[in-house]
Amino acid sequence: MSMQLQNLSFDTEDINQFAEDRNEPKWFSDIRIKGLKLAEELPLPQPEKTRIADWNFTHFNYDTGSAAVTDLNDLPEEVNRLVEQGSGSGNVLIHVNSSAVYHHLSQDLIDQGVIYTDLTTAVKEHSDLFAKYYFKTTAIDKHKLTALHAALVNGGSFLYIPKNVVIEEPIQAVYYQDAPSSGLVAHTVVVAERNSSVTFVESYLSDSSVGEGVANIISEVTVGENAQVKYGAVDEFSAKIVTYVSRQAEVAKDGRIQWALGQMNDGNTLSENATNLEGTGAAADVKAVSIGSGSQKQNFDNYVRHVGKSTQSQLLVRAAQKDASNSIFNARTKIERGASGADGEQTQRVLMLSDQSRGDANPILLIDEYDVIAGHAASVGRVDPDQLYYLMSRGIKKETAEKLIVEGFLAPIVDLLPIEGVREQLTTLIERKVG
Amino acid sequence: MTVPELKINDLHVSVEGKSIVKGFNLNMKGGEIHALMGPNGTGKSTVASALMGHPKYEVTSGQALLDGSNLLDMSVDERARAGMFLAMQYPSEVSGVTNADFLRTAINGRRGEGNEIPLMKFIKTLDKKMQMLEMDQAFAERYVNEGFSGGEKKRNEILQLMMLEPKFAILDEIDSGLDIDALKWVAKGVNSMRSENFGCLIITHYQRLLNYIKPDKVHIMMKGQIVKTGGPELALQLEEEGYDGMKAELGITDDETVEA
Ligand SMILES: Nc1ncnc2c1ncn2[C@@H]1O[C@H](COP(=O)(O)OP(=O)(O)O)[C@@H](O)[C@H]1O
Ligand SMILES: [Mg+2]
Repeated sequence: MSMQLQNLSFDTEDINQFAEDRNEPKWFSDIRIKGLKLAEELPLPQPEKTRIADWNFTHFNYDTGSAAVTDLNDLPEEVNRLVEQGSGSGNVLIHVNSSAVYHHLSQDLIDQGVIYTDLTTAVKEHSDLFAKYYFKTTAIDKHKLTALHAALVNGGSFLYIPKNVVIEEPIQAVYYQDAPSSGLVAHTVVVAERNSSVTFVESYLSDSSVGEGVANIISEVTVGENAQVKYGAVDEFSAKIVTYVSRQAEVAKDGRIQWALGQMNDGNTLSENATNLEGTGAAADVKAVSIGSGSQKQNFDNYVRHVGKSTQSQLLVRAAQKDASNSIFNARTKIERGASGADGEQTQRVLMLSDQSRGDANPILLIDEYDVIAGHAASVGRVDPDQLYYLMSRGIKKETAEKLIVEGFLAPIVDLLPIEGVREQLTTLIERKVG
Repeated sequence: MTVPELKINDLHVSVEGKSIVKGFNLNMKGGEIHALMGPNGTGKSTVASALMGHPKYEVTSGQALLDGSNLLDMSVDERARAGMFLAMQYPSEVSGVTNADFLRTAINGRRGEGNEIPLMKFIKTLDKKMQMLEMDQAFAERYVNEGFSGGEKKRNEILQLMMLEPKFAILDEIDSGLDIDALKWVAKGVNSMRSENFGCLIITHYQRLLNYIKPDKVHIMMKGQIVKTGGPELALQLEEEGYDGMKAELGITDDETVEA
């Protein structure tokens, strides 16, 4: 049964046709064909303690175009409210199903050499530059899902910041899915050259009209010397969408990445987040929140690898588990030999809100160097009864008090998101999922 | 509006199976301020927690009536909405929830759906009360008690009291750890509440606070019971004699309680 489920429902001819329709350069369609071959051969990933063999990763409609819009008001309400309104100066790329439908980048940034465009445009108009970074921080042949991604990629964003360019205002991407049985296979590439700085925020959402669908998302971030990237994300796929999401970064000397991830899918989710601290003094700050609800199963792997000397990382995962949800949280900090002076800290806290739910927090430290600092803390617990009593003693009903506590517990990550609309998206989502 | 009334009859309370409060009686009316004094470990906080409904404190017998309704039948939040308030000896910290959000949720919880306090009115009231307590405006946006000093936590309890305007408040060692200025602010806050619609039970070790909030009655509690009741002069007497003197006078021999 599971073998059959993971059989592919398309062949080389389909892929060639798809590439041709999209008018892609040969190097890119070659990668698709290579991906297809690998996808047929490679096994699924094997996340610890989560059985994914019967999740549908492979059966979906990958070619679901939508027409471009010129007026933001023509977009679905859920999308519209995420985007900064008014001035029209927000730097934003909006995707609906497998089409980029709206795009805006300020003239000022264009003049400074910033590139921000959808994947289809990137492979055509910035072919050489894009090729340098595509599947650079993660391998096509990692497993079946990365290979499948390469074969069927149908959306994504390319953000390139030239050296010394410091961008104050956030750059935003929004993906919205509503076509029945559709799959979003989105690939994001963010490159921050030396001494540059940028904040990027992406939101993924879908309508229940998709029904059974698939999301296969890969983001690759390259942080140059002394560059800074703040990467925020809110994932909000509906209950019947199976998600594979992989966000990877490579950080050069004195570079810094901050992840702020709101992982709020309603469906089964496999998430890999990895940061490679290559250069001396490189730093990573990872903050992720999630809420498990219904009967969804999720597996989150957050990984930081210290290679350079005096590299620093902080990893903070907070999650709440409701209903009959089941989530596994792996935090892995690896310090390679030679990474002297490295400092890696991780904390995972899981709040259980029901008796039927399950949450496992696994702290993993792998250290091959002596002169380092590493620490971990992991806890799985219930709402503190004294806190609950305190709030209730002020006249707040039990359910409301619990909600306040859980929202407060997750707030440190919400507060990090730089775009008001996205922050509200996450807050509203938390309220909905907890309530 | 009739004057509120709190009646506690022969209350017995156990904690973890151990009997702590053994026959506690108290009657209070709106407009009155009572002080409850007594050595450490005698069960003062236990009375307060049991009246508020802390799940760890088991009332094994007795009665507590607020305006005739049985408090002991109500959940913690129902007791609060019925008009009870407890300024706790050790207030909890609630990370990620701002003081302002917390207070607004609490006020709206009392007022009920459809009757929420208008935001502007809330902000104005909060500003005013914070000023009275000499609290920095930034407090409103700080997380509930997180990183607060001992004194700040106590003032925050009084701020909540002033915002929620209960019928009866129990202040459990609100004066401990306060310097003289903070003590005055707290007293000012409590005194501003004085009216015949509000009664207050002040639990304290020392009579210091009572110089600023004049009690109508002073009760001395020992070994789980009130052993003596008098006027403000009783607190002064206690200050002079100490609890040992008081015990000798009352013929109480004791091995359990510890002097603070
Ligand atoms: N939560 C609790 N758990 C265990 N024992 C308690 C608890 N609260 C009170 N006690 C016990 O009850 C007795 C009375 O305590 P308490 O009411 O705090 O006294 P007071 O407030 O007069 O100092 C003490 O012996 C104390 O150890
Ligand atoms: Mg006490």
